[in-house]
Amino acid sequence: MSWNRKHLLDIESLSADEIITVLDTAKAFKAVGERAIKKVPALRGRTVVNLFVEPSTRTRISFELAQQRLSADIVNFTAEASSLKKGETLKDTAKNLEALNADFIVIRHSAAGAPHFLSRVLNAHVINAGDGAHEHPTQALLDAFTIRERTGKIAGLNVTILGDILFSRVARSNIWALTKLGAKVTLCGPSTLVPRTFEAMGCRVTHDVDEALREADIIHLLRIQHERQRKTMFPSIGEYTTLYGLTKARFAKVRPNALIMHPGPINRGVEIDNEVADCARSLILEQVTNGLAVRMAVMFLINGGKGPQEIAVV
Amino acid sequence: MPESSLILNALGIQRALTRIAHEITERNETTTDVVLVGIPRGGVPLAEQLGKILSGIVNQAIPVGSLDVNMHRDDLDQRAAPKIYPTQIPFDVNGKTVVLVDDVLFSGRTIRAAMDALNDFGRPRKIQLAVLVDRGHRELPIKADFVGKNQPTSPTEKVQVRLGEPGSEDQVILHRP
Repeated sequence: MSWNRKHLLDIESLSADEIITVLDTAKAFKAVGERAIKKVPALRGRTVVNLFVEPSTRTRISFELAQQRLSADIVNFTAEASSLKKGETLKDTAKNLEALNADFIVIRHSAAGAPHFLSRVLNAHVINAGDGAHEHPTQALLDAFTIRERTGKIAGLNVTILGDILFSRVARSNIWALTKLGAKVTLCGPSTLVPRTFEAMGCRVTHDVDEALREADIIHLLRIQHERQRKTMFPSIGEYTTLYGLTKARFAKVRPNALIMHPGPINRGVEIDNEVADCARSLILEQVTNGLAVRMAVMFLINGGKGPQEIAVV
Repeated sequence: MPESSLILNALGIQRALTRIAHEITERNETTTDVVLVGIPRGGVPLAEQLGKILSGIVNQAIPVGSLDVNMHRDDLDQRAAPKIYPTQIPFDVNGKTVVLVDDVLFSGRTIRAAMDALNDFGRPRKIQLAVLVDRGHRELPIKADFVGKNQPTSPTEKVQVRLGEPGSEDQVILHRP
């Protein structure tokens, strides 16, 4: 048991022990979600602001539901309907929210490092819900939780992450989390989207999709993030599907117990075939369920992050 | 000068549990509705032992569960987040007499949290409380129904219950700082 952090900003700075603490805590919160009464009073009286400067549906809903199940009071804030549109800086917006005594700020921003910046200027707890192409820590934690729940372990597994790695915060957070927990990570995709520089993070890079999938225990697919690409990084969507999509034919050649993951939203017919997305070895919807439990666990742990006090002997 | 003294040895714990089991049957004429719920960590092995003794006395299996109360504590923002243990209540608590089992009764806040947590699983007909050691210093109007040993303590002392730990005898020790 080790957790005395005030914020969750990235996976890079977490230890394997801290990641395991989140996963263990999330297990208990998943059980809460299966009860008739799905709500616990752990965050009663605490105010949470969901500051989503970049649009998001599933992450925001997941965080919001997690906060409701912890009995927190919630304010939702989207960039379109805010004074950020009128030219207010992020710091001023956040300071204003803190002046209303917000205890937690959950931030999604298109600029890498925005949560780290807020954690330096605010007293509130800050949770990174995705910053640019940098990190998406709760996604990596829920992915690790899902893998561990289904296979019973993470160390020693072959995990292949396939797709748009360059622009993906999900990929970066996953690489940190999985390598810290002892998995062997392989990255694969078009060379424009999977540069060799990623080898410095402790994973293997290949552009041969069949070779990348052959030994994989977990196949982690990523969406092509058109919105982050300044120019097209590959000739066409059709060509991407042909060369790197997880088609039925390709899926037939992987290990018989290999599992499929995807952070969503999925583009059917692009990075994944219909039949593959809906098969029994696809964990895509389990990831969504587990995301709720993991986000509850993160908020619960951070709320108590007041230093490494010994728990009173009662 | 820190010192430790033995409050209960293995035999003492066994006798206390046997007496508590008899008191539970005395208090509850029909034990068919009695279930035991241990509070992690200390209360869980205790509830299991008590369940065995009680089942032997009444000649029927008494259901035993465990209930983590940490999500219901009132001091969550005042300390590092506690480790959460599994909650396993594989029976319906509605209409039952739930005997909460904990090792040491101190401020009473754990028990308040436990009653709160139990509400999420249904509406027991009665809730009773069994503890191995009552060390005093209550901060809430809570009283145990069944007590293994009343042990007056000072607030700075610590009561350590060792039960079912490998390589160690069952015992209760009082540590003075």
